[in-house]
Amino acid sequence: MEMKIVLKKQDYSRMVAHARACLPDEACGLLAGTVEDDKKLVQKVYLLENADHSPEHFSILPEEQLAAVRDMRANGLVPLGNFHSHPSSPARPSAEDIRLAYDGRASYLILSLAQKEPVLRAFSIAEENVCEQEILFHEDLH
Amino acid sequence: MQITVAGNRREVKEGLTVAELIALEKVETPEYVTVSVNDAFVQSGTFAQTVLLDGDTVEFLYFMGGGEKGRRIWLSQMNS
Repeated sequence: MEMKIVLKKQDYSRMVAHARACLPDEACGLLAGTVEDDKKLVQKVYLLENADHSPEHFSILPEEQLAAVRDMRANGLVPLGNFHSHPSSPARPSAEDIRLAYDGRASYLILSLAQKEPVLRAFSIAEENVCEQEILFHEDLH
Repeated sequence: MQITVAGNRREVKEGLTVAELIALEKVETPEYVTVSVNDAFVQSGTFAQTVLLDGDTVEFLYFMGGGEKGRRIWLSQMNS
């Protein structure tokens, strides 16, 4: 059973704003929250620096990753995954995204800015097997 | 002795190395994991020589990167 991602619309808007502010480079960040049954509830989004400063690739600095993990612990949250933007390509994992997905428990969210309207999709990637995870925006629960 | 691993207290033997802890914790794809001890990053080539001490706090961080033509900038730096 694939996990579902529950994301507040406010956090989604922050991710889009961050991705647009980082153009022409890719943007990235981390997601933290809680897990309930088949849902990952995103409680906090960390908007981080793309250490590569590139429109074609990204890396999250371990220093920023460590600071985020410590903040998660302090707030009773667990790491849920990460996100990055594709400034000019669709919201699907590239070959590099798949090759470099080392954490089988993480959700990998990709935000495409290729079209006028942003597109956000989520995936699990384990041993190069890619499965899409549904994203439920907060309002979808009510 | 007691150490904290990924936020959890662990009772481990005296003289445990980072490499031994990685095996003990069954860390997946350890070659792509960065280790910090008390907020200081451990060079990946020195895991077997890095001895943990009572009270240490250890974190395992998976490399996170990608993109259309991703490359591992900080990972290569850490491994150098």
